[in-house]
Amino acid sequence: MGKTIWIVTALVMLAAPWAFPGGFALTLLTQMGTLIIFALSYNMLLGQGGMLSFGHAVYSGLGAYITVHALNAIGKSWGWVTPLPLLPLVGGFAGLAFGVIFGYVTTKKAGTTFAMISLGIGELVYACVLMFPGFFGGEAGISTNRTVGQPLFGITFGPSIQVYYLVAAWCFACMVAMYALTQTPLGRMANAVRDNPERAEFVGYDTQKVRFLQLVLSAFFAGISGALSCINFEIVSAENVSAIRSGGVLLAAFIGGIPFFFGPVIGAIVFIFFVAALSGFTKAWLLYLGLFFCIMVLYAPGGIASLFLMQIGLARAGRLRRMALPYALAAAAALVALAGLIGLVESVYRLSDVTSDPQMVLFGLELNAKDPAVWIGSGLLLACGLLAIRFASRTVVARWDAVQQELKGASA
Amino acid sequence: MEFFLVQLLNGISYGLLLFMLSSGLTIVFSLMGVLNFAHASFYMLGAYFAYQVSRTIGFWPALVVAPLLVGLIGMAVERFALRRAHRYGHVAELLFTFGLAYLIEEAVHLVWGRVAVDYKVPAELEGPLFSILGTPYPAYRAFMMFIAVGMLVSMWLALTRTRIGLVIQAALSHPETVEALGHNVPRVFMLVFGGGAALAGLAGVIGGNAFVTDPGMAAAVGPIVFVIVVVGGMGSLAGAFYASLLIGLIQTFAVSLDWGLFGYKISQIAPVLPYLVMVAMLIVRPRGLMGTRDG
Repeated sequence: MGKTIWIVTALVMLAAPWAFPGGFALTLLTQMGTLIIFALSYNMLLGQGGMLSFGHAVYSGLGAYITVHALNAIGKSWGWVTPLPLLPLVGGFAGLAFGVIFGYVTTKKAGTTFAMISLGIGELVYACVLMFPGFFGGEAGISTNRTVGQPLFGITFGPSIQVYYLVAAWCFACMVAMYALTQTPLGRMANAVRDNPERAEFVGYDTQKVRFLQLVLSAFFAGISGALSCINFEIVSAENVSAIRSGGVLLAAFIGGIPFFFGPVIGAIVFIFFVAALSGFTKAWLLYLGLFFCIMVLYAPGGIASLFLMQIGLARAGRLRRMALPYALAAAAALVALAGLIGLVESVYRLSDVTSDPQMVLFGLELNAKDPAVWIGSGLLLACGLLAIRFASRTVVARWDAVQQELKGASA
Repeated sequence: MEFFLVQLLNGISYGLLLFMLSSGLTIVFSLMGVLNFAHASFYMLGAYFAYQVSRTIGFWPALVVAPLLVGLIGMAVERFALRRAHRYGHVAELLFTFGLAYLIEEAVHLVWGRVAVDYKVPAELEGPLFSILGTPYPAYRAFMMFIAVGMLVSMWLALTRTRIGLVIQAALSHPETVEALGHNVPRVFMLVFGGGAALAGLAGVIGGNAFVTDPGMAAAVGPIVFVIVVVGGMGSLAGAFYASLLIGLIQTFAVSLDWGLFGYKISQIAPVLPYLVMVAMLIVRPRGLMGTRDG
């Protein structure tokens, strides 16, 4: 089981560019690879170490800055085979070094205080990046060129398919390494410190040291992902260390499911879909993303991975079909509510932004945001949808409990 | 000299404004264990509501209406969302308020646009109040201080002299006992959360026109308020007070000084000073100014 899942993962990564051809799909796949590393490294803190960080972009961003300077330095005086495939190590060790410096301060505390301090460090670094334009390039950032040095076997890393495979290779290696880390004594101690710091301390471990080591290692992988994004986009700017990035990785990891190692992988894929697919359609995409996140926090704290695993359990017992009807009801109710919400949000946006056209096309319908019928209709849809969700969720819970009872009865 | 005095007054008024934010955050944190990430978003909502209300019925009604609206939103958030998130522990609550901050910022983008709105100081409070050694002092700054101090005194009286205040204080340390005595602790939580939100909203009403009302104001002031709570010591109101004044004075003086330091002017490094104070505090005294807990 363990080995096959890794082999399947590797095969999926190899085949992905053929399964989804086209330049846009390739860009998305490359970004997914980078974000998967980043989200997994984030989950080393939140999921495995119980450290809620609001400033993880500090490590990936500073790793990216060091990488961009290394790449530019190489570009000036390199006549040899291109060193690009090994550059993520530069970013990784840069992240690690900053992890040692900042981790010394942040890991003095756990829990809520850690969260606030990590936010403060994030703001500190962001302000510093804007303050020293000589090294960080100010708002515009620093650009670079990844095709330096002599190509090896004809690989120049110019075409994006080559960059994809570079990212995929690093992504796979990092996934394996981070999974292996969860099996080490340190990984286990991080879990213990997360669950019960007092007992961990009584056993004789220094909880602060465990948190510190976990953070430093996590910063290493974050640095690798930062270096890969630098190679991919050929530019690093203040946005790379910003609170937006830190918040984004938190959202991605949580939506995927922080209690599971593979959760953040799912989260990273979903997140990139959200960003790429939705941002093309609507300016309110962040609102939808935030709403999705809040609903996950309230109703599925284990993320998509936990929902998925629950169904697998049922499917194994052969009872998934019993849930089909309640699930269909719930999905229909959710779709009605969503349609109403989208109608309201888009109308609000069209009305408040004077530059945009109140005439819009929603669900194939020509609608005018100034038309009160649109508002009333959307409001009614939303209200009915919410009521229906209430009803449907009760059905789902009742059926779920009944099926669980049956399973218990069958096993007893 | 007059420069120093004016800056001192400005620093104190800014510090008091920060304390209006950090006090609500601290009370909610001590009572419920929830660090409200969206606290600064309530501040922003207060400013925007005040802008909207003052355009139709004037600034003075807005001073009352906007905080009340924000307080109602806060109560609804506690009743319908936080109470549910509470089942999954404090991290879930913190994550929910983080998502809420996202939502509020995006909602503000949607409704009021991405640029600053024209929320002005009312005409009655424009112009100088008095002059210090020839330098005029703006009336609105004095008004800010008046509101902040008035709010603080009434909050202190409410907490120590009223029945509900005593129940809140009791619920701080022994929620189960208070519940056993027949008080509705969840409702106390809801009222306190709404009250904290309303305080933040009031700070937004008087801060929004003194500074700037734009969708970035929550993200600008939020981290500063967190720094204050860490520097003052988690859960300590007195600590939050001193830290608010300290940070308010540091920020006000730093932006107006052009002394050099390692080739950089102090005004240039002003944005990082609060965070440096926080880092220094964590190294020297991890529990903060008045904190009691080391963990």
